Amino acid sequence: MTAVSTPERHARKLLTVIAEAVLERVLIEDCLRLGALGYTVLDVRGGGPGGERQGQWEAERSIEMQVVCTDEVAQTIASHVLKTHAPDYAVRIFLSDVTVFRQAMF
Amino acid sequence: MLDPVVGFFLLGLIARLGRSDLRIPEALYEALSIYLLLAIGLKGGLQLAQQPLAQVWPVAAAAMLWSALIPLLLIPVLRVLVRLDGINAPAVAAHYGSVSVVTFAVAQGAVLARGWEPAPWLALLVALMEAPGLVVGVVLARRALNESRGAPPQSWGQVLHEVFFGKAIVLLTGGLLIGWMFGPKAFEPLDPLFSGLFKGVLALFMLELGLVVAQRLPQLRRAGLRLVSFAIAAPLSLGLVGAWLGMLLGLPMSGMVIFASLSASASYIAAPTALRMAVPQADPALSIGAALGVTFPFNVLVGIPIYMAWAEWLMS
Repeated sequence: MTAVSTPERHARKLLTVIAEAVLERVLIEDCLRLGALGYTVLDVRGGGPGGERQGQWEAERSIEMQVVCTDEVAQTIASHVLKTHAPDYAVRIFLSDVTVFRQAMF
Repeated sequence: MLDPVVGFFLLGLIARLGRSDLRIPEALYEALSIYLLLAIGLKGGLQLAQQPLAQVWPVAAAAMLWSALIPLLLIPVLRVLVRLDGINAPAVAAHYGSVSVVTFAVAQGAVLARGWEPAPWLALLVALMEAPGLVVGVVLARRALNESRGAPPQSWGQVLHEVFFGKAIVLLTGGLLIGWMFGPKAFEPLDPLFSGLFKGVLALFMLELGLVVAQRLPQLRRAGLRLVSFAIAAPLSLGLVGAWLGMLLGLPMSGMVIFASLSASASYIAAPTALRMAVPQADPALSIGAALGVTFPFNVLVGIPIYMAWAEWLMS
């Protein structure tokens, strides 16, 4: 039986930003400018202390943007988003640890 | 007499108020709104192709001027009587400066049902009246913002892009140009989709709007009685003046009603998104509560029949 070699593993951060859909384009530009190599955007709906966003029509849509990147880039993006957009828009942001296989992609 | 599409709106309202699990999928809502914007634009363009331009341009120019003027008229009222601050007053006024495509479609259905000679090229006005008032409101709100809190985060380039490349203007203007360029003959094969199905699609969209409006009703408490009264008095006054302006511009009775309905209507597709981008400090609950929660149902249920009676009276 031939042994299957396990690919190398690397630690990265997953930065998740949940925000009003109107910010989508701006957030993508910010992320790429601040060092992220890629991103994923999902349409989401949800609620919190500020009320519900059911995503039923244009003005109530929300997106979730996921960026897997280095800790440093994640910190830079997070502080930019918190400073520029969070005061005036509905924005939630959190960070988690993830493991990636091909480090050059992130 | 009310149009049957209004019945669908009421059904949506009742369903949501009764906590029904009815929900129009987002993708369908998006598809319906794209269809309606495009179909209205096309219809206008096809009629425009058969219309002498000399007859069209004075009305078009007057309509754009009038819609830019509307926020300037409303801001003092919002500041003094409704007591909104310097940022929220122009933000709400911007919604009223722009127009509601669905109100236009309902008004057009109502005049047709009455058997009045239609003026379908007026769909041109929906496209032309979408932006000027919105831009005036946004400029004034951003100026107030600059004075009180420093430069807003989004640049003018981003804001103007949002206003002029938002889907409402792209589809309405695109439809108008396509209809105008290709003309009625080339358009026959597309007619069953864009003309035949129009009323049915409008009915489905009205059902969805009923659901959305009912969901907005609790926010009206935050808006307060003054803003709710404004959201009834403003469209009524603008509608009455609009019908009279329509008469001065030499429009037929159906055209007067449509001009009145466009003057009275407030945007809830283009304006909220543009405003959110341009002036995030403005409270969207106020403008959307007023425009969609009060003014839209008012126009559709009460306003349009009043504008029709008023147009008849003016013409007699």
